[in-house]
Amino acid sequence: MDAILLQVLNGLDKGSAYALIALGLTLIFGTLGVVNFAHGALFMIGAFCAVTVQRILNLSYETVDESQTDFLGNALVVKTPYVEAWFGAETGGAIIDWAVPLAILFAIPIMVFVGYAMERGLIKHFYKRPHADQILVTFGLAIVLQEMIKYFYGANPIQTPAPEALSGIVNLGAIIGMDIVYPVWRIVYFFFSLLVIGGIFSFLRFTTFGMVVRAGMADRETVGLLGINIDKRFTIMFGIAAAVAGLAGVMYTPINSPNYHMGMDFLVLSFVVVVVGGMGSLPGAVLAGFLLGILESFASMNEIKSIIPGIDQIIIYVVAIIILLVRPRGLMGRKGVMEE
Amino acid sequence: MSNSKFTRRGMLKTGAVAGAGVALPTIFTASSVAAYTNEPTGGSVTLGFNVPQTGPYADEGADELRAYQLAVEHLNGEGDGGMLNTFSSKELQGNGIMGKKVEFVTGDTQTKSDAARASAKSMIEKDGAVMITGGSSSGVAIAVQGLCQEAGVIFMAGLTHSNDTTGKDKKANGFRHFFNGYMSAAALAPVLKNLYGTDRNAYHLTADYTWGWTQEESIAAATEAMGWNTVNKVRTPLASTDFSSYIAPVLNSGADVLVLNHYGGNMVNSLTNAVQFGLREKIVNGKQFEIVVPLYSRLMAKGAGANVKGIHGSTNWHWSLQDDASKAFVKSFGTKYGFPPSQAAHTVYCQTLLYADAATRAGTFNPCGIGEALEGFEFDGLGNGKTLYRAGDHQCFKDVLVVRGKENPTSEFDLLEVVEVTPAAQVTYPIDHPMFAGGALGTCNAG
Repeated sequence: MDAILLQVLNGLDKGSAYALIALGLTLIFGTLGVVNFAHGALFMIGAFCAVTVQRILNLSYETVDESQTDFLGNALVVKTPYVEAWFGAETGGAIIDWAVPLAILFAIPIMVFVGYAMERGLIKHFYKRPHADQILVTFGLAIVLQEMIKYFYGANPIQTPAPEALSGIVNLGAIIGMDIVYPVWRIVYFFFSLLVIGGIFSFLRFTTFGMVVRAGMADRETVGLLGINIDKRFTIMFGIAAAVAGLAGVMYTPINSPNYHMGMDFLVLSFVVVVVGGMGSLPGAVLAGFLLGILESFASMNEIKSIIPGIDQIIIYVVAIIILLVRPRGLMGRKGVMEE
Repeated sequence: MSNSKFTRRGMLKTGAVAGAGVALPTIFTASSVAAYTNEPTGGSVTLGFNVPQTGPYADEGADELRAYQLAVEHLNGEGDGGMLNTFSSKELQGNGIMGKKVEFVTGDTQTKSDAARASAKSMIEKDGAVMITGGSSSGVAIAVQGLCQEAGVIFMAGLTHSNDTTGKDKKANGFRHFFNGYMSAAALAPVLKNLYGTDRNAYHLTADYTWGWTQEESIAAATEAMGWNTVNKVRTPLASTDFSSYIAPVLNSGADVLVLNHYGGNMVNSLTNAVQFGLREKIVNGKQFEIVVPLYSRLMAKGAGANVKGIHGSTNWHWSLQDDASKAFVKSFGTKYGFPPSQAAHTVYCQTLLYADAATRAGTFNPCGIGEALEGFEFDGLGNGKTLYRAGDHQCFKDVLVVRGKENPTSEFDLLEVVEVTPAAQVTYPIDHPMFAGGALGTCNAG
């Protein structure tokens, strides 16, 4: 029983990342009709925002310690972060320790700008082109972005730890007399994703801007005829979708050390999530994200793998096929979306 | 009546022979003119460095390239000479190889077998490379080794740790300086026994490809031989990034040791996940839970950060070694690049020197002559103590390092500390060992 509950938690955790990325993908598809294969790269750029903040906070001045030597036998150059020099070792150390949460503040404007620039600079030229063209150009863009990141940050994973206060484990089963230990940061990630998802839904539901966007998603032409500049709002939504992917990336860094390829690792799965959820359906994307995350976790259990070897590698695709056979528009897809 | 000797059957035969001749790859036709593939005729000789310049192992590939360039400098008499000064063989004089200036071309393996074969083929056919070396993956090394055997050039393997490279997939034209999974297990087992005792339950998470399989087999056999019980062996997809769903079952498995047969990004992520789930704080069966990473790499350890602290593994070489050869190499590399070399850099540097030395001793670039010179060659002064290039499988036998993640690193490079230098005799195995069975070395191909 402990193992099953643990896999449910793992699934919710994986599903959090899938849901956040798929939510952004669906926002872009629902508003602009663009199939954005560069969305995984936005997740990756978000993660590297955290790496950048960590590096900025660790910018140091150098002093030479004659009493110690480096690997070549020269006097050791000791680096002291400016933050520690300015605020004292304790406060400065705490600021560096909280680099990842602080990176959220850094990532939001950066990601909105990146999304805005991406949409205005490239993607808007492909609105009226076939989806195949959009896929090609956005996939190409994703490769360019990841190669840029690799050029500046290298190919190896870069460790970006969670704050010490949030990096331990907690026994979630203690209340019910079970032993279900789970990393604190993964719980933080899950609730963070719920917060972002809730924020996006509330924004679309309870603000005038969101109402117009939803109207535009349903009938772009009619909204345009009312004299509303829907294109501008959709561009802003692209920026918001980029920020959502970026935030998912920032908070993911303590779970797995970021590397330049991490966006591609999530991209295909996230597209499956979108299709299973129903093209253009925001609740569908979230539901499918968590559902497939949980299924993937269960498929990794030894008991399941002993019955069907290799199921952990194909479960998501098998489920996607079954769902699309039974419900061709996905779990919550609407009629007319991606249909002639 | 015609006296012509042309017949339909004759024409067909002639056409078939001519067609086959035209269709033959240049790689084979070239050798019919020269004595062997890419026989150097001018004042220089070209070596082909085939390393991952893109893809997940690009940083290791970059470090390998640095070491190759350093080796070429030293062979050509530039720089401080590095390990040429400590190498037991004194054939190399800093005048290239047999008076021919050493030049090189590079290829990008992308850590993909097909791409690696394509770049090696291009360097042999178009650039005239007389030797191919490099790689940061066993799958790639085995693929390129096969190609070099067919093409008639020597392959000096880079970082490849699978038993199969000099086991069932060994080739007469291929040579490996790096150690292998069996040697890691043989070196680690006694240390693990001393540290954790003989009554342990081990759970293996293994990357699902040739290297992972052979390492898992080696470690499980070595630990079981000292009394450990193997609770489970779970294969994980190479493309996995989040290992949480594989770590979670470990918690309730009764295992008190987790063996991570992972390398590269897999190792960084699986180790990070295992530490996140509190495995290291766990007490199971009345014992402290332990994690073992059989193959360590400093470059990868950096990605795992503080998670490597106190965790044991093995490595082919480490920059902190204090023998004259290692110090010479670290000084040479560190002065040029500003940081110490990795084990990948060390092994490819050694391979380049060993190839050049063998060619000089053989007095030819003919791969069969070089192969003979390398087979059974005993040497010292390259940082691993006395070493033998065994003739029967072209595997180097030398000391293996058992290392531990350092508790208090003094710099970003100071991540591992050497716990024990396991003597070569302890990691040597008979040539017909079952883990290396199947396949044959075959005969040397000069093209």
